[in-house]
Amino acid sequence: MKARVIVTLKNGVLDPQGKAIEGALKSFGLEGVDSVRQGKVFDIELSATDKAKAEAVLKEACEKLLANTVVENYKVEVLG
Amino acid sequence: MHAAVITFPGTNREGDVAKALQQAGAKVTHAWHADYDLPAGTDLVVLPGGFAYGDYMRTGAIAARAHIMDAVRAHAAKGGYVLGICNGFQVACEAGLLPGILMRNAGLKFVCRMQHLKVVRTDTVFSSRYAHDQVIKVCIAHGEGNYVCDDETLVRLERDGRVAFRYCNADGDIAKANPNGSRNAIAGIYSENLRVLGMMPHPENLIETLVGGTDGKGLFESLASAA
Repeated sequence: MKARVIVTLKNGVLDPQGKAIEGALKSFGLEGVDSVRQGKVFDIELSATDKAKAEAVLKEACEKLLANTVVENYKVEVLG
Repeated sequence: MHAAVITFPGTNREGDVAKALQQAGAKVTHAWHADYDLPAGTDLVVLPGGFAYGDYMRTGAIAARAHIMDAVRAHAAKGGYVLGICNGFQVACEAGLLPGILMRNAGLKFVCRMQHLKVVRTDTVFSSRYAHDQVIKVCIAHGEGNYVCDDETLVRLERDGRVAFRYCNADGDIAKANPNGSRNAIAGIYSENLRVLGMMPHPENLIETLVGGTDGKGLFESLASAA
């Protein structure tokens, strides 16, 4: 079973890297970019075949390591 | 004072902090990240600076889940002393020993330079050899030293006197010398029982006049004289 975990910064948390990327996009004249926030994507393969079990494993992975919930949110997508 | 200095893959300041402790009169034993137990008789655990696990994912995040950290958490829970310097502060936050997190410097640059600090309180095991509001000159070298926590935690830290050091200029002015965007110019914080200290600056670099000064010695002499 394949899954994707997306970790993003919470609203209001300063994201200097996102700001720098935003500045770079704007600097070469790309139209219509208002703002950029950067984050992380983890593609994970799981031995579980049950979706609920897979989601439980991923939630634990996020809480224990993949995200720091002081400043980050996470989203789990089981891709099947 | 018997200190156990922990080395993770990518730690690089374990030798310097061991020297600073020994010079001050503490006994030092080195411990390895994959160990399950701390050396017998450990009073103080030191999490040194460096780039544990290459700073992969988040600084300190993977090191905080190393085997030895279960023993470090148990040590802290029993009231044992823990000192985290630079990367060690990041590890201590990720391990749940201290609140908050160290984020990318607000200016995006790795900052490596001399830096003044204000010693906020002098009644802890880490700071007894300093004077109240003393301005000391040590150094900083980090890319992720921007201390962030939620508003509630910040209020609690300030109210309970848990700020250990603040960045300041040579005159002690904290408004003009924040190198990384840390909230309230926080350079170091204590745990609730004041027995765990995490700090971004490197006092262990400033123990010899030959290499820039001795303002870091007070911290190690405070510790060595404590037990």
